[in-house]
Amino acid sequence: MNALTNKAKAVDRRPMTWLERIYLWNIAKGMAITLRHFFKKKATIKYPEEKRPFSPVFRGTQVLNRDEEGRERCTACGLCAVACPAEAITMEAAERKPGEEHLYREEKYAARYEINMLRCIFCGLCEEACPKDAIYLSETFAPANYQRKGFIYGKPELLIPDPKTQPEEYAKAKGQH
Amino acid sequence: MHLLAIDWMFLVEKLVLIVVIISVSLGVAMYSTWGERKVAAYMQDRIGPNRAGPLGLLQPLADGMKLFMKEEIFPASSNKFLFLLGPCLAMLTAMMTSAVIPWSSPLKVSGHDVPLQIADVNIGILYIFGVVSMGVYGIMMGGWASNNKFSLLAAIRGASQIISYELAMGLSLIALLMLTGSLSLKTIVEQQSHGLWNVLYQPLGFIIFFICALAECNRTPFDLSEAENELNFGYHQEYSSMKLGFYLFAEYVNMFISSAIMATLFFGGYNIPYVHIADPNVAAIVGGLALFAKTVFFIFVFMWIRWTIPRFRYDQLMRLGWNALIPLALLNMVITGAVILWLKK
Repeated sequence: MNALTNKAKAVDRRPMTWLERIYLWNIAKGMAITLRHFFKKKATIKYPEEKRPFSPVFRGTQVLNRDEEGRERCTACGLCAVACPAEAITMEAAERKPGEEHLYREEKYAARYEINMLRCIFCGLCEEACPKDAIYLSETFAPANYQRKGFIYGKPELLIPDPKTQPEEYAKAKGQH
Repeated sequence: MHLLAIDWMFLVEKLVLIVVIISVSLGVAMYSTWGERKVAAYMQDRIGPNRAGPLGLLQPLADGMKLFMKEEIFPASSNKFLFLLGPCLAMLTAMMTSAVIPWSSPLKVSGHDVPLQIADVNIGILYIFGVVSMGVYGIMMGGWASNNKFSLLAAIRGASQIISYELAMGLSLIALLMLTGSLSLKTIVEQQSHGLWNVLYQPLGFIIFFICALAECNRTPFDLSEAENELNFGYHQEYSSMKLGFYLFAEYVNMFISSAIMATLFFGGYNIPYVHIADPNVAAIVGGLALFAKTVFFIFVFMWIRWTIPRFRYDQLMRLGWNALIPLALLNMVITGAVILWLKK
C-alpha cells in the first residue's frame, strides 16, 4: 500500500549491537538528551504576568459593537440567534423613543440580549450572520464564574464600552491588552 | 583517667558536630526537594516552582507546612505502634550513616585538633552497611502495619530489591577495600590525598556501587516499591500528612548521604587534587566545601537519571541485580586481587 504522507517511519528490527545490549551506552545517550533540554529555552509562559498573544482569527468572548458615535449597532433582527448552532442567543426587541437617537443607531434595538456562555461553542457564526456588524468575537477569554447563572451574559457584560467616554475599557474589551 | 570523669571538651565538640551535621543534611534534603522539581522542570522545558519566594526558594517550607496541616489518618486495623515506627526508622537509618563520614580535615581550635567527623571508627564501611540494611525494616514496617495487601506487596518488593542490591554493593566495595586495606573512611580519604582518586583504580566498582546506591535510595529507575502510576501506590499507600512526609524526606536524606559516601570513597572526599593549603582551618573549610560540591554534583546526577530513565520491570530489576551486577562485582574483585598480587611480585 502506498502511503499518502511520508510521516510513517519503518520500525528498525535489526538485532541489537553489543553496545546496545550492555544498555549503559544507551542510557548515556538518553542522559545527554535530557541534559541538552536542561539548557534549552523554556517554552513556558508565566500566565498571569505574561499573556500569549492571540492570533487575529482567535475567537474569544463576544462583544456587541457600537458605531463611531458610540451608538449601539444591534437592531435585534435575530439572525445571530437563528445562525447559532448551540441556540445560545436570545433577545427581545424594543422601539427607539424620540430623544434616544444618540443611544441606538436605528429605530429598533435590543432591549434584552443574552448569550448563554455555557452553550456557546465560539464558532463565530453569529458574527458571520450579523448584517449590521453588531456582534464580534473579541480576542479575550470568557472569564470563569462560580454559578451557572453567572454565565448567562446580558447586555451589561456584552456591550462594548463607549470608545469616546471610556477608551481604555473599550480597548480592553476588544482584546488589545 | 578516672572512669567517671567526663571529658567535657569532647562531649561539647561532638554535640556541636552532631547538631551541625544533622541540620546540614536536613537542610540539603529539604532543598533537594526543590532541586528535584527544578531539575525535572528544566529537563522537560518548564520552569518549575517559582511562586513561593525568589526562584521558588521558599517552596520546601510551603510543602512542609502543607504536610503538617494535612489530616492524620490511621487505618482502623493498623498496628499503630509499628505504623508510627516505620517512618521514624526510615528517617533514623538515613541520618545515622552520616556519623562516620569525614566531612573535612580537622579544624584547629586553640592548638587542639577537632576532627570534623562524628565518629572515626575503624569499621566505618561495615557500620554503613549495618545501618543501611536496617532501612529495610522501615519499609517492611510501613507495609506490614498498614494492614493493606497492596502496601505489603510493595514493601516486599522493596525489601527484596534492597537486599539484592546491597549484596552487589558490598561486593563492589571489597575490591576497593583490598586496595586501601582499611575499613575506616578517614584512612580511605587520606590515602586519596597523596595519589589519585579511587575511581581511577576502580571504575567498574564505582559504576556498580553507583547503580546499587540508586537502588538503595529507592530512586528511579529502581523505585518500584513506590510506583504510583503503573502499580498500586507503594508501601506508604496508607500514610498521610507528615508520616508520609518522613518517608519521602528520608529518601532525600538517603540520597544526600549516599552521594557523600560516593564522593568520599571514590572521589577523594574533601581533597582537591594538587591543592595543598597550609593553614589547617582554611584547608578544613575549603575541603568541606569541596566535599559538599562533589555531593551536590552526585545529587544532581541522581536527579538527572530519575528524569531520564523509565522504571524497571520487577523481573528486569532482579535480573540486573543478580545476573549482571553481582557477577561483575565478583569479576572486579578477582581482577583487583590478581593485579595486587602481580604488583607485589
